[in-house]
Amino acid sequence: MMDQIAAGVLAGRGGDSSSPLALSDRTILDQSSAGDWLALLKPRVVTLVVFTGLVGLLVAPGHLHPVLAVTAVLCIAVAAGASGAINMWYDRDIDALMRRTARRPIPAGRIAPGQALGFGLTLAVGSVLVMGLATNAVAGGLLAVSILFYVFVYTVWLKRRTPQNIVIGGAAGAFPPLIGWAAVTGDVGLLPLLMFAIIFMWTPPHFWSLSLWAHGDYARAGVPMLPVVAGARSTRRHVMVYTLLLAPLAVLPWALHLTGPVYGLAALALGGGFIAGAWRVLRDRQDAAGASQSRDAPARALFRYSLLYLFTLFAALAVDRFAG
Amino acid sequence: MVAEHAPPAPLDDAGLARRRRGRNIAMLVILLGLVVLFYAIAMVKMAHHGHAG
Repeated sequence: MMDQIAAGVLAGRGGDSSSPLALSDRTILDQSSAGDWLALLKPRVVTLVVFTGLVGLLVAPGHLHPVLAVTAVLCIAVAAGASGAINMWYDRDIDALMRRTARRPIPAGRIAPGQALGFGLTLAVGSVLVMGLATNAVAGGLLAVSILFYVFVYTVWLKRRTPQNIVIGGAAGAFPPLIGWAAVTGDVGLLPLLMFAIIFMWTPPHFWSLSLWAHGDYARAGVPMLPVVAGARSTRRHVMVYTLLLAPLAVLPWALHLTGPVYGLAALALGGGFIAGAWRVLRDRQDAAGASQSRDAPARALFRYSLLYLFTLFAALAVDRFAG
Repeated sequence: MVAEHAPPAPLDDAGLARRRRGRNIAMLVILLGLVVLFYAIAMVKMAHHGHAG
């Protein structure tokens, strides 16, 4: 089934457009549901982006009218969704080859690529304009930079070229706290920069723990994720190194007296848990080639923990702000 | 214009109509939401400028 879908998409890209298999954009639009358009926005990814952006907005000094605060968060969500839609448009060929993504609306043939691109561009431009008008130019500008970074630096430039794709590209997902903060203050301070750095450093162990068990998909699609290029053993070491960098970095806002003890204790405890999880990934039972003999159970556990880590860490930051 | 896709599973007329109705309702909700949002933003901005002036 997946092969048929993949073959259809790949054949269509350079193939005969008069094929009886080919459908008009209009026909495809008729087949799409509202849920398909929502799926283009990668709602699960947006959840995390919105949450970190909201925390950036909450911890910023000053006051933003609730209507404008809701608008700012909405713009961050829509911009993240727009980036996802444009990413799905660009990556439709490799999405069709990966089991995890083959059922997305474009490779599954429920939304035409041009429609997805138009949808993404409209939302991207709209979200930046509304953010700029509702809050300030700095927040609007940062939002635009985050979209451009995700689309051009990560999706177009890095993703298919280097195993460092998610290290550098991870910066795109680290922008929301800066944007939320800037929406309130009109500038960027040290705390949101540290929040940016935490997400930036969190992204590699988060994604690499996923790619440890999903590397077959990436290899099939020719995406040079670290396990595909350097092997599982090297990836586990990288996960450990980045986790060892992340844990103390997350404590820094407390050490610099930018937050209170609620956040500090949370960062220490959560960091300890992250290091323990990364250690279990490093020590996972593996064969001579480094392949896991536990179906990558520790990597799966670390991936789940990493999501909990970021949510809890940022929630502690918000709690700390209001508790203090 | 002909697009470049594998065909999705065919839907009957009722299925197509149901999906079109779903998209239209979603569009209506979004447009009404935008009207409310832009109205609220305008009110807040005008009140702010009123205080500033």
